[in-house]
Amino acid sequence: MTLSGRNLTIGYSDRVVGRGLDVALKQGEVLALLGPNGGGKTTLLKTLLGILKPLAGEAQIDGRSLDALSIRDRARRVAYVPQVHNPTFAFTVETVVLMGRTAHGGLFSGPSAKDREVADRALNEFGIAHLKERPYTMISGGERQLVLLARALAQEPQFIVLDEPTASLDFGNQGKVMREIRALAASGHGVLFTTHDPNHALRAADRAYLLRAGERIAEGAVRDVLTRGQLEALYGAPVETLTDPASRHTAFLPG
Amino acid sequence: MTQRFLPGLLIATGVLVAGLIVAFAVGRYPVSLGELFDVLWSRASGRAPSASEATENVILLVRGPRVIAAVLVGAALAVAGAAFQGLFRNPLVSPDILGASSGAALGAVLGIFFSLGVIGIEILAFGGGLLAVAAVYGIGSALQSRDPILVLVLTGVVVGALLGAGVGLVKYLADPYNQLPAMTFWLLGSLASTNAGDLIPLAGPVAIGTVVLVALRWRMNVMSLPEEEARALGVPTGPMRIAIVAAATLVTSASVAASGVIGWVGLVVPHLARALVGPDFPKLLPTCALLGGGYLLLIDTLARTVAPIEIPLGILTAVIGTPFFIWLLAGMQRNWS
Repeated sequence: MTLSGRNLTIGYSDRVVGRGLDVALKQGEVLALLGPNGGGKTTLLKTLLGILKPLAGEAQIDGRSLDALSIRDRARRVAYVPQVHNPTFAFTVETVVLMGRTAHGGLFSGPSAKDREVADRALNEFGIAHLKERPYTMISGGERQLVLLARALAQEPQFIVLDEPTASLDFGNQGKVMREIRALAASGHGVLFTTHDPNHALRAADRAYLLRAGERIAEGAVRDVLTRGQLEALYGAPVETLTDPASRHTAFLPG
Repeated sequence: MTQRFLPGLLIATGVLVAGLIVAFAVGRYPVSLGELFDVLWSRASGRAPSASEATENVILLVRGPRVIAAVLVGAALAVAGAAFQGLFRNPLVSPDILGASSGAALGAVLGIFFSLGVIGIEILAFGGGLLAVAAVYGIGSALQSRDPILVLVLTGVVVGALLGAGVGLVKYLADPYNQLPAMTFWLLGSLASTNAGDLIPLAGPVAIGTVVLVALRWRMNVMSLPEEEARALGVPTGPMRIAIVAAATLVTSASVAASGVIGWVGLVVPHLARALVGPDFPKLLPTCALLGGGYLLLIDTLARTVAPIEIPLGILTAVIGTPFFIWLLAGMQRNWS
């Protein structure tokens, strides 16, 4: 299956954010979306989720328009992991993960025994089963990110779309979330994430998509696209490249 | 904070049962527990009661309808309050956030102004509440925005202020010797004049609205998340919001029509219920209903017993609700829910 957008014009009723965007994400593949603030990353992400309608062009799953799918059918194919936030109410971690099962249940029904099984499996997958009864508001930011990942997994989607999954996490948790993203792809999910750190894209993604002022300036395998020249063009700022002589791994430093 | 369902539900049930016993027993004509069960049992079994006819009348005709009305209104306001707090993702919201109370108030004072009688006043109050919320929702939806919730709340505030001005105008024009005291008393809320005939127009809408809210209990959990998240989880937020607002408004308007404006219950009780069982709506809604019923019943019993004259309910709920809410805030600063 492929989640794709063809010749998309994205934005809001009063403002066009980007034009002529083509994007495709296959199952089992990780795509990183990079670009400066206000460049259209979040808008493109919401358009591919079907939350935002494209102003022109079409977002599709396997050739079918996202618009033609019901909101429920969409949720069974594409899951959304928002930026970690502090919610109003102190739902338990289990309830938060069970909310991922909503699209699988009837309008008037609550979680079934099967839903609880799926949620338990998702919690185990990310090693957070011990947090099950804890209020979501009382756990750390890193734990919350894992809970949101577990919720997305419980949704049993083919694609998972993450908005800056490493933004508010400490160094250790950033690494953990990137490993989990790889694991999600290894289990057959197509993963799309936005990030401000090209090193995260190098670590976790197969391909990178560079978006600047609503235009795609480059797309391709991370090794080809994430170069000093491209990044300097993308952010309009000087970039330094470091290479570890032993592993030959590369990293970027701003400025 | 414990979030065990059964203990919480038991506590809420205990509050309601205690409220029921006290409400039937206490008053100008005291009734013992034995007499109460005797009369209720004789009604259920068809056997002649051993209690006096006067006792039977007090229980069945005087206190009975008022007790049932207090339980229904308290439960309704608490359930509607919980629904609106979830929908607006804000624990400071009360059931009249979208103008249900101010619409009902304008309807009621107009009814009193035109000397319509009790039924006319209640119909106008009920219709006023529904119309006000419909107007707020219509205007709020027409104003296109990326944050429909915020626009809805602001529209509610603005329309509520206009309706409040309308109430002020009618009071200003009213006959100060007959109509004005009646309006003031109605606006402060009371169950003093409740009789058996009031129960069906109250219980019907409350039952319908509550059934809808209970049916949508799981969806209400998801609706308390940010708009885009709820949609990505597969919930069509627009239609779902209309269903929840309609059900909660039906419940609120019927309560306000029966009892006048009673503040605080719909704000305080959902907090208490969340402290007992957590914010999960499948657990929260039944707890709110039991706790709200018991809470208003206890307050109504105070209203008719502590002073030689009836104290308006709205005053008591405020006097009790304010310090209680501050205490609640002090204890829950770390954890809002």
